[in-house]
Amino acid sequence: MELLQQLTFLERGVLAGLIIGFICPVVGAFLLVRRMTIISEGLSHITLSGIAAGVLMSQTTALLAFINPLYTGLIFSLVGSLLVEKLRQIYKHFQELAIPIILSSGIGLSALLISMSTSSYSEWYNYMFGSIVTVNLNDLLFIFMTGIIAMLLLAAFYKELLSISFDQEFAFTSGISVKKMNFLFSVLIALVISMSMKVVGILLVGAMVTLPVAASMQFAKSFRQVVFLGILFGEAAMIGGIFFSYFFNIATGGMIVVTGLLLLIIALLINKIKKIMNSYRLISSRKEIVK
Amino acid sequence: MNEQSRPLAIDIDQLSFAYQNQNVLEDINMKVPQGSFLGLVGPNGSGKSTLIKCLLGLLTPNQGTVKLFGVNVKKFDRWNDIGFVSQKANSFNSGFPATVFEVVSMGLYGKVGLFRFLNRKHKQKVREAIAQVGMEDFINENIGQLSGGQQQRVFIARALVSDPSLLILDEPTVGVDAKSVTNFYTMLKKLNDEKGITLILVTHDIGAMSEYVTDVACLNKCLHFHGNKHSFEENKEEMMTAMYGHEVNLLEHNHDHDHHHHHHDHDDVRRDET
Ligand SMILES: Nc1ncnc2c1ncn2[C@@H]1O[C@H](COP(=O)(O)OP(=O)(O)OP(=O)(O)O)[C@@H](O)[C@H]1O
Ligand SMILES: [Mg+2]
Repeated sequence: MELLQQLTFLERGVLAGLIIGFICPVVGAFLLVRRMTIISEGLSHITLSGIAAGVLMSQTTALLAFINPLYTGLIFSLVGSLLVEKLRQIYKHFQELAIPIILSSGIGLSALLISMSTSSYSEWYNYMFGSIVTVNLNDLLFIFMTGIIAMLLLAAFYKELLSISFDQEFAFTSGISVKKMNFLFSVLIALVISMSMKVVGILLVGAMVTLPVAASMQFAKSFRQVVFLGILFGEAAMIGGIFFSYFFNIATGGMIVVTGLLLLIIALLINKIKKIMNSYRLISSRKEIVK
Repeated sequence: MNEQSRPLAIDIDQLSFAYQNQNVLEDINMKVPQGSFLGLVGPNGSGKSTLIKCLLGLLTPNQGTVKLFGVNVKKFDRWNDIGFVSQKANSFNSGFPATVFEVVSMGLYGKVGLFRFLNRKHKQKVREAIAQVGMEDFINENIGQLSGGQQQRVFIARALVSDPSLLILDEPTVGVDAKSVTNFYTMLKKLNDEKGITLILVTHDIGAMSEYVTDVACLNKCLHFHGNKHSFEENKEEMMTAMYGHEVNLLEHNHDHDHHHHHHDHDDVRRDET
């Protein structure tokens, strides 16, 4: 705790970024194989409503002035995540319907709550696009806590989550409780979205969940590789993004996403070149046989 | 061996099941003693897969109970003892980034426990199961890039890896080449003979199956027949008539009966005659 207090705001931001850069791609890998990456969009907007609700509460009620909006964001994100799961069950054959429902509700609610609050435009701007400069000690603690919970959950249930993502029926018959795991996964997604909020920003959380695993998919054969390479790309995007944004004084979230995007493009290019080289090798070996 | 004296692996009591309002299974009573090798046959849509899912607790029957090793399936927790290959096993997302090794490992996940990863012994088991189905050359290949029959073998390995004492296979050899099917049946028979594993095999390949199984069950909404192989052979023609609605030459026209299972009126007339 004292150690944390001594950190400069930059160090705090980097530490927060490293935690997020680690966890986002791991959860992203599971979302990817479950074809649910889009859920990050829906949940981030519901989280924004939660943050707006928190800001509003602390502004209007003196008793609630202590509220850190990140916590109300987390609560909304949790509820949203569970609702998505519920909606997916209700619309069994049209599961993608859940996301736009949650997404539009989130935006609508946020618009309502934001228009009622007295906060400045720039404060909302920071929430939307992320800024490490505004990561205070409380926020860092929040990110630490949610990060530790997320990592514990991932370490405990990695196998179970993988098995369920691959084949629910088989997972059930190997003694895994599909219901419990789906609930747990909803909690995990909610944790990840709300902890990324401050650094990456609401509108850009989806990028941290998807870009690193999209890049790692270019090279990975196994799920483990998707996770490991994803973490590597995630941390690289984080560190690169924070570094550039600090030195050029640009929005952190945006810079992180752009760095992640560059990494993805490089990954795609490398893969393309590999393929061309392979087919070239094939052609030349065939020519040799002909000779 | 006396059928009655052996403990039951499966005990189905007055089970009925309906999807929405369509009755698929009606009043099924079936006891499978441990150590049996049961072939479950019936036309398309006769409810075989549905029965298997009820058996495993994947579907909850509208009526009746299912017991696995004497325990109601709702409370059953010895899942390591059960191996399962679903009919739809290879309908997974073919882009899924998982290797053969990872997929077969999933068969052990129930055994390994929370916070733990596979230890050396587990990994050795996984390799053995993969070798058992002849896929050792593909151990680090991506599952989606294998042929259908190869994938099916991997799913068989995934079911075998936890050393189950009850193995349930829903058309496991679809897409597997003829020679491998023979090898596979031989392997199943060996598991049954040597280790006493209880086996349930759903198949349309009645001719080939009957060389290996000890018992046969014929399902078409109701359980038309359940007994040992010899009494099945004796009543085979009658059974097939009742099930498929016309006499089929099982060995030569294996695919024919699939086209005729809608002739229910025909079916009824025949049954009245007998
Ligand atoms: N998910 C479902 N929802 C509604 N009806 C279903 C569903 N699955 C199966 N059915 C119906 O239940 C009946 C039995 O299906 P089931 O899959 O158990 O047959 P089966 O004997 O396994 O057939 P096959 O030999 O083709 O595998 C069919 O008439 C089918 O239309
Ligand atoms: Mg079936």
